[in-house]
Amino acid sequence: MADIRVVLPQHLQTLARVPDREVAIGVDGAVTIRAILDAIEARFPQLRGTIRDHGTSPSTPGRRRPFVRFFACEEDWSHAAPDDPLPAAVADGREPFLVVGAMAGG
Amino acid sequence: MSAVRVLVGTRKGAFVLSSDGTRRAWDVSGPHFAGWEIYHLKGSPADPNRIYVSQGSGWFGQLMQRSDDGGKTFTPVDNTFAYDGVPGTHQWYDGTPHPWEFKRVWHLEPSSTDPDTVYAGIEDAALFKSTDGGASWHELSGLRKHGSGPHWQPGAGGLCLHTILLDPTNPKRIVIAISAAGAFRSDDGGVTWKPINKGLVSDGIPNPNAEVGHCVHRIASHRSRPATLFMQKHWHVMRSDDAGDQWTKVSGNLPTDFGFVIDVHAHEPETIFVVPIKSDSEHFPLDGRLRVYRSRSGGNDWEPLAKGLPEKDCYVNVLRDAMAVDTLDSCGVYFGTTGGQVYASPDGGDSWSAIVRDLPPVLSVEVQTLP
Repeated sequence: MADIRVVLPQHLQTLARVPDREVAIGVDGAVTIRAILDAIEARFPQLRGTIRDHGTSPSTPGRRRPFVRFFACEEDWSHAAPDDPLPAAVADGREPFLVVGAMAGG
Repeated sequence: MSAVRVLVGTRKGAFVLSSDGTRRAWDVSGPHFAGWEIYHLKGSPADPNRIYVSQGSGWFGQLMQRSDDGGKTFTPVDNTFAYDGVPGTHQWYDGTPHPWEFKRVWHLEPSSTDPDTVYAGIEDAALFKSTDGGASWHELSGLRKHGSGPHWQPGAGGLCLHTILLDPTNPKRIVIAISAAGAFRSDDGGVTWKPINKGLVSDGIPNPNAEVGHCVHRIASHRSRPATLFMQKHWHVMRSDDAGDQWTKVSGNLPTDFGFVIDVHAHEPETIFVVPIKSDSEHFPLDGRLRVYRSRSGGNDWEPLAKGLPEKDCYVNVLRDAMAVDTLDSCGVYFGTTGGQVYASPDGGDSWSAIVRDLPPVLSVEVQTLP
């Protein structure tokens, strides 16, 4: 199991009741966006539906919410396929995976 | 001594305003869920410590919270609102078909007898129910599927189910309202539904007397007379004395009969309150004077209530879920504004003062009268 560094937006940090924006999430197998989100939602059930929509079944998880973006290694991964492998630097913990609320005012 | 707890939902969090029965001094707690839109929070009549909260944001979607200690702490509960079956389409603003999609929970209506039973009115319009304290939700899909659903169209705020009235004398009877579809009633606990819009007349739809398509803003009733319904429609204040089978206009001498809120005095079932708003294109009080209007005759004859309210330069709105009453001997009336004020009257509307003045825009106001 790899420990992935995940940075949450402030509102989700509060909702998850963790002291820091960055949390370590254990991921089994290939380190992908889907695997990270599955692990986040397993550890913090209250975040289900906040990063991606509720899926219609376990095999068809929801889509990334429109105002949420994913960044890693200074690249935008928001539109990557959920099963694409993330960079090795994320998988080995040198770089975090960032869940970001889009800049949209308010 | 009795106490009052006012639950305020705003664009940027929830606030709990508490006072003893004198309603002179108030304690303000919050913001709870700071930064989130709180469309509605409401306590269970069966257990005042049980409070349900609709929490949401454009970024992170819909969350649901529950308190079991009167709002001191909250716990997330299920936020899955899955339509029953393939929801199909309703009408978009221009009349074209538009896919039915969940957006948010507008209104929560806890059962008067069971703290674990609560109804949720959502956008795109549908009625959901939980019987396990919010741990799961299921749609009462007979409403959406009763036949007129594909013809429903959104109001300016969205296709929202915003009003849920549970008949205290008949557990099988539920009245709901949707903007801009109209009012609907079930007499079998939410299994089957029918439109109850006869007598409503609306400009802006092809047939002003249509069975559905009316922009109902709010319906209120008194516990002792659940078949008497009072409605603030887009334009027009209406009443029905047969649970919505027929409506009659009671706008009477109101200076404008556009508005959003309507409520009924706790002890006088023919005393009702509205806040007239200038028009559908100018959502603020007439002439910059914020006034509640009261009718002691169930409509038609209205008197302005202005003592303690702004007499000039006031251009706020009062949204549809932002008025409530307490049940103390001298009925308290409360409303919140888009300017962040929450006004209270401890004397049935005769005089008003602001409990708070600078909250974020107020979306909803509910009141709990505590022993």
